[in-house]
Amino acid sequence: MSTSNHEAIGLAPDGNPKKSEGSSNGVIVLFFIVGFAVSMAFGWLVFPKLLYSEKNQPFDFNHKTHMDLVDNGCESCHVFREDGTYAGTPTLAQCSDCHQDVQGESKDEEIFVNEYVANNKEVPWLIYSRQPDCVFFSHAAHVKMAEMECKDCHGDIGESESLKVYRENRITGYSQDIWGENIAGIRKNTWDGMKMTDCGKCHEEKMGSKGPCFQCHK
Amino acid sequence: MKIDRRSFLALGLGAAAGTALTPLPWKLTDDISIWTQNWRWLPVPGDGDVTMEIGACTLCPGGCGISVRKVGDRIVKIEGLPGHPVNDGGVCALGISGTQLLYGGSRIKSPMKRSGERGQNKWSPISWDDAIAEVTAQIKTLVEAGKQESLACITGSGSGTTPLLFKRLLAVLGSPNFMTTSSMADSYSAVIRKMHRLSGAVDAGFDFENTGFVLSFGSGIVEGWGSPLRMIRTANDLKTKKVSMVQVEQRLSNTAAFTQALVAVKPGMEADLALGMAAVIVAENLHNASAVGGSSSGFAEFAAMLKQQFSPDAVSAKTGLKSTAIAELARKFADPANRSLAICGRGQGSAPGSMREFMAVHALNALVGRVNTQGGVYAVQAPDYIDWAKDSSMTAAITGKIRIDEAGVGAFAHTDSLLNRLPAKILAKGDSPVGLLLVSEANPVYTLAGTKQVMEAFKKIPYIVSFSATMDETTALADIILPNHSYLERYQDIPVRAGLVKPLINLAKPVAAPQYDTQNVGDVVIKIAKALETPVADAFPWENYEDCLAKTLGDKWEPMKEKGFWTDEAFVPGAGATAFAFPAQLPDEPALAGDEKTMALVLLPKESMRLWGGAVADLPFVLKTVPDTDLKGNQVVVEVNPKTGASLGLADGKEALLTTASGSATVTVTFFEGIMEGVVAIPKGLGHTGSEKYIADKGVNTGDLIAPFEDPVSGLDAAFGTRASLKRA
Repeated sequence: MSTSNHEAIGLAPDGNPKKSEGSSNGVIVLFFIVGFAVSMAFGWLVFPKLLYSEKNQPFDFNHKTHMDLVDNGCESCHVFREDGTYAGTPTLAQCSDCHQDVQGESKDEEIFVNEYVANNKEVPWLIYSRQPDCVFFSHAAHVKMAEMECKDCHGDIGESESLKVYRENRITGYSQDIWGENIAGIRKNTWDGMKMTDCGKCHEEKMGSKGPCFQCHK
Repeated sequence: MKIDRRSFLALGLGAAAGTALTPLPWKLTDDISIWTQNWRWLPVPGDGDVTMEIGACTLCPGGCGISVRKVGDRIVKIEGLPGHPVNDGGVCALGISGTQLLYGGSRIKSPMKRSGERGQNKWSPISWDDAIAEVTAQIKTLVEAGKQESLACITGSGSGTTPLLFKRLLAVLGSPNFMTTSSMADSYSAVIRKMHRLSGAVDAGFDFENTGFVLSFGSGIVEGWGSPLRMIRTANDLKTKKVSMVQVEQRLSNTAAFTQALVAVKPGMEADLALGMAAVIVAENLHNASAVGGSSSGFAEFAAMLKQQFSPDAVSAKTGLKSTAIAELARKFADPANRSLAICGRGQGSAPGSMREFMAVHALNALVGRVNTQGGVYAVQAPDYIDWAKDSSMTAAITGKIRIDEAGVGAFAHTDSLLNRLPAKILAKGDSPVGLLLVSEANPVYTLAGTKQVMEAFKKIPYIVSFSATMDETTALADIILPNHSYLERYQDIPVRAGLVKPLINLAKPVAAPQYDTQNVGDVVIKIAKALETPVADAFPWENYEDCLAKTLGDKWEPMKEKGFWTDEAFVPGAGATAFAFPAQLPDEPALAGDEKTMALVLLPKESMRLWGGAVADLPFVLKTVPDTDLKGNQVVVEVNPKTGASLGLADGKEALLTTASGSATVTVTFFEGIMEGVVAIPKGLGHTGSEKYIADKGVNTGDLIAPFEDPVSGLDAAFGTRASLKRA
């Protein structure tokens, strides 16, 4: 094999690979690995932190204390109206029934009574489970008819002693609880997320079908 | 170590590969798609408590109760009121669209005064105090000049407290010229008064629930006739019970398609068919013996007229039907086992009809004993609950005064109001007999036939006050507008005149807060009356309209507020209407306008539940449901038989010029085998004008093309169509 032929196929005249080419390939691999590693780190570690902003509720709330005081579990405060529709977060009027004045020593109760009850102002709670307006969801159908537990979707919030930080998606404006805390969307519990796939999964298991689009998207 | 371009490519590839193995691209894609659903400018209904409130629909005379679904303060849906005697939870397309009237662009937002020429649609907002002061001053000027009789008022209905407050205002001032929009209910009322020798507020009630055979002379049973929701329910019930229905009409309408047989009679010959059937019944002695004797009179003369003028051959020639078919229909109708009921009033019945036809059909019912009997037609006294409408304030100052329209006396003694006669009276030589016109819940410039003449007449009226909640054709010609609340924002009692057997009063309630600076027209009339001082103010002793309504309804008021309506369950229809006079002679059929030689076709309006031909324009939601066989783009579509089309050189789906004695319009022609040859059908309810782009300038108002025809007996407009020509454009 002639020298020129060796060069033409990237070998040194002695037939061994050229040294400079070998180091060049190494650089390419190194750059690939660096790019790969940095983007993996960004995607898995930095991106989830960047995606959500942290917001605090107007004041803290102890579900456990209230649960111990009421007879009808969650529905004592999170009521169904007479027509079967679900009222959602309790209104100021409901809370004011008991909290016209400060009753305990909690600083949060003091904030509630002085800033909201006294001024007849609804509390601007940040709703962890708020869904887009294009979704129709009936609590009555799930809780009353299908006899599901609140916990199945909302977790052990009724046992919590304080409200967790509200993590708001900077793009969508919805709570992190919809997608779930696991950025990869992996679920361990049924209440780990509230995406359409979560609804579909449960519907398929319980009813044999995910149901038609217009069942939820009116 | 050499870093070159390939190194960076590798970096990029590595980054891309790494990124693809993270949740980043998938999560971002998902988030971005959600973000696009949440743009600030996308309309989203507000949050709030969901509540249901009870009210009443006033968009047509059907008299439905409504149940309004609200989220917070906003009405999001109108449904039918369950348990209501008319609609029992049902609702029509127009009714469900009422939110578009409440929140839509045609609302008048505050009192306004005309600032440009009439019809230019230039307005300046003014305050309520100024508006009421100006109207009051105009009325005072008329009264001081001794021209109080030139004060006139047009309302959509003649019953209920709101119209009667207007009537009272005029009466106390000394004007008898309170006029109302006429409909088939007025024709029926005139017939019942004339043939049963009755006076006062009396309507026809139809006991469809107990009938066994319905013969409809052109009535659009499933197209909005009478009370649309009741009729659709009734039609379905009749079909389920396999009750026979026969439709007499010139085209295969939805109603005709619903019935067992379509009897295609020549246009305008419905009365002749009814009389031809009566002649067969009398000739074959099939009539009800007790119905023609006893308290009824004139049977011998009636029978003689039938024998003389309505022989089978003569009727066959006039109607275009075989005499055997007429005889067969007559025998079926006369069979007591069938419990027959004949009805008339064309299409939706929003226009009155000829007395020849109404008298013939009523006589046909009477002949076989189907008047004031179960499953037949009843004379129903209207609810008489407004005591103050009977006191001397309503009559003292107007006794003996002749109305501009000459209704209620002489030749037109059986009719309360003849609005159709007003334009010609105004256009007669000299000053307009109307010096000041008040218009409330009526749109005569659109609903009266002969639009061109009506427009000219209204332009001649020196001062027009409109109380309309929306900008309509009549309001566009007003000098000042004192806008009413919409029917979802105000109290109003609505006695229903829609062919019901038992009296019914609905109560419209303020289910929504006023959206704009408007006032209940009842309050405004009371304020004007009070501003006119003694003696006018003395006749209006109420604090406001709600006070008037509460005191007028008395012990009905609270239950009505809760229930939404009042009905007299114990009412016995037909009481006091036992006398019946068979006609010895009938007036001639209405002549069709136009020269038969140059206009060989007959133009007839066609009606459907998707188009309402009354004062209120179809709302945008409903207009969207109008098929392209009625409206294509903004052009009206007319139906002709393919044979007629071919003989005129017309092509299906192509343009043509439709001409009548009143005007012409460019139309699209559609061929339809279900229409008689020589007939053109044009949708009624289109052709509104104004600034609401989703409603205006779509199609043609049938009133532009069809001239009015004054009925010689009732004085009401009896035009059912006109002669027309259709030429390829």
